[in-house]
Amino acid sequence: MTGKAGKRRRQGYEGIVAVAPASVPYQRYSIETAHWWIARALRASLQQAGIAPRDVDGFSVASFTLFPDTAVGLTQHLGLTPRWLDHIPMGGASGVAALRRAARAVQAGDADVVACVSGDTNHVDSFRRMLSSFSRFAQDASYPYGSGGPNACFALLTDYYMREFGATREDFGRICVAQRANALRNPHAVMKTPLTMQQYIEARPISDPIHLFDCVMPVAGAEAFLVMREEDARAAGLPAAHILSTIERHNAFPDDPIQIRGGWEMDIDELYAMAGTEVKDIDLLQTYDDYPVIVMMQIEDLGFCGKGEGPAFVRAHDLTIDGDLPHNTSGGQLSAGQAGAAGGFIGLVEAIRQVTGQAGPTQVSKARQALVSGFGMINYDRGVCSSAAIIAGEGPA
Amino acid sequence: MTTPVVPPPKKDPQKRTRVPTRPSHFRSRAALGLAAAAAEGRFMLQRCSECGTLQYPPRDACASCLSADLPWMDVSPKGKLIAGTVVRTSTNVYFRERTPWRVGTVQLEEGPSIICHVHGDVQTGEDVVLINRLDKSGQAVFLAIPQGRTANMEDDPQMRELTCDPKFRRVLITDARAPNALALAKAFAQAQASIIFIGESESWRSYPAHEELRAVPKVEILPLDVTDTGSVLELCGEIGGKTDILVNNARYVRPGGIMNRGDVIFAKDEMEVNFFGLMRLAQIFGPAMRGRGADGQNSATAWVNVLSVYAWSNMPDYGSFSASNAAALSLSQCLRAELSAGGVRVMNVFSGPTEDEWHQPLPPPKVAPEAIARSVISGLKDGLEEVFVGDVAKDLIERWRAGPKILEREMIENAGQDA
Repeated sequence: MTGKAGKRRRQGYEGIVAVAPASVPYQRYSIETAHWWIARALRASLQQAGIAPRDVDGFSVASFTLFPDTAVGLTQHLGLTPRWLDHIPMGGASGVAALRRAARAVQAGDADVVACVSGDTNHVDSFRRMLSSFSRFAQDASYPYGSGGPNACFALLTDYYMREFGATREDFGRICVAQRANALRNPHAVMKTPLTMQQYIEARPISDPIHLFDCVMPVAGAEAFLVMREEDARAAGLPAAHILSTIERHNAFPDDPIQIRGGWEMDIDELYAMAGTEVKDIDLLQTYDDYPVIVMMQIEDLGFCGKGEGPAFVRAHDLTIDGDLPHNTSGGQLSAGQAGAAGGFIGLVEAIRQVTGQAGPTQVSKARQALVSGFGMINYDRGVCSSAAIIAGEGPA
Repeated sequence: MTTPVVPPPKKDPQKRTRVPTRPSHFRSRAALGLAAAAAEGRFMLQRCSECGTLQYPPRDACASCLSADLPWMDVSPKGKLIAGTVVRTSTNVYFRERTPWRVGTVQLEEGPSIICHVHGDVQTGEDVVLINRLDKSGQAVFLAIPQGRTANMEDDPQMRELTCDPKFRRVLITDARAPNALALAKAFAQAQASIIFIGESESWRSYPAHEELRAVPKVEILPLDVTDTGSVLELCGEIGGKTDILVNNARYVRPGGIMNRGDVIFAKDEMEVNFFGLMRLAQIFGPAMRGRGADGQNSATAWVNVLSVYAWSNMPDYGSFSASNAAALSLSQCLRAELSAGGVRVMNVFSGPTEDEWHQPLPPPKVAPEAIARSVISGLKDGLEEVFVGDVAKDLIERWRAGPKILEREMIENAGQDA
């Protein structure tokens, strides 16, 4: 395997910003298509920025339910004529991936405005259909075993993590309960009632040790933001999030017998060095949270504590909006819902809102630097894609 | 230990028979290598011929050196269960009907991690053996079992889904007059089959094993002539709804190929029993068995054909008989496809020359009826599709796999030397 960082020093993202964060309120089930959801998010983002669709010259899409279309079909469907087009199949890692690719395109002048959109619909039977044909390795080597989907895969990772590091269900519960508290301040979150630790512990088992409140609820929804030059954002009067650094890694640590870490661990030093910042200066954290065990791994692998210290960390810190480490401030997927590939955007779009002071009811009081991480695609027995970005802005006035 | 299965209660005829459902059967072409291995009960994985890296899940190129030459090799099935879960909700109807369902991750001593089904007698952290078996969809899956034997381990509900164990099941052996009938009946009795129906043609004609057959516990002798559609229909009307395992052991064998026979009379008789007999049985008993693939502890589970290994490559001294068996082998593949919707397995048991009057002048080794019976039972207990009994059959299939054309040449060279 290649070394951790590349040989050459990477160029920064100076002068490139993310603006116009848009979230289309999620629905448990929708009779609409992914095209419909993506169009709504794109429109909301463009309206915020005062940009006409014909002026979008870069377009990036992430979606699971567009079949038989891709970003290509969407250009004609939505009447776009971009000179730069991307389709990102990285699930939960797609938001940061879209951001960093779009940033380079704008930086190099290949596009002036890149609209990054992710959306999926959720029909009554679409989750089952997606699971049975998710990937070739899943089809061959995990789905035939109980067909428990990601619940069963994450149950195995959680079981191993608990045995290896002595984590308890209460430790995972702390993450879920805090996020529910955050979600109660987000009017668009799917979950609208408080969750107590007792309710978390007493929930019905889904795939031991995974219980009901460890699982996200699949929903329909969409998220979008725009990437452009700082001067263009300023001219349009748009509050902007600067991109300080990003990382991306796939199929890290293939020799680990089971996943206890993600690709972040390989690239974390570069992430902070490139941003010129440290863990202690991160004001808020948005992790990919389809199950709390992967949140705990991100807290470790992103440097907030050492490997295996996640349980102690969540015991010692308050992860709510007003806490000492605000985490998944919109409620995250666990409480706001998982809108397919938009689950890879929810944290990034919320982080853009936070550092630009536009988060409204979920606004963190000091929100200058946000760390966003993505994790995606249980191809067989583990998540293959990982990504992370540090973005910065003025925060709330 | 596993809670032993108990004889199922008498079926309530007013209740609807549960419709068979199946686990997902979609697999890549590379993954079908596992099914080919499971058909014979072998634990095989791809090993890179260039760098030796073991691959799992099945691949088209080596994950270590990108070589595309990944032959399937027998490897050590030993490993450790490093994580486990109990699936309680499933998106697949088959599993939904059978939850809670144990699943785990086994790290093989040889390296790869394998997600597998988990036997009830295994705890997380323990050493295990992985077995590769066919599930109700006919595709291969792994089950982690204890490294040693535990009490009643074959009765584990997840294991029993992967096998065709005769215990408390009802069996039909089609031909009482066949030389292997008595050995088969005794073997099924010993394997705790609950009823052993034996089809008997031309009941007025005596045959040597008749009294001994009647003395085997659980045996019921009923009239059946596989060359007579009416006879098959009549028997199916009586026992078709309670035939869980059908052993098609009827066969007609005469020496001779083409030119040393003056007409096609023997050939017609061979086809009438060996090919059309199978077809009649399958047309009449097949639908009932397919519909009962999920009918509780004693669901319909397997169809067994006792065939000649010369179905694979013609033995000229028995050339016409070989041809009839080749036809039966081909038809059995069709039957396998048609029964798969019910999760009912088709197991072919191939042997070389058998210890009987029509192979009398041939030299040893010849296969004794008891050997065939043992292989039928062990094959059912392992849920196999292909069983080769005796040294001649094993030798022949190895040669066939190495090169069918070379084997054909060898069969021609050997013709006329023994018979």
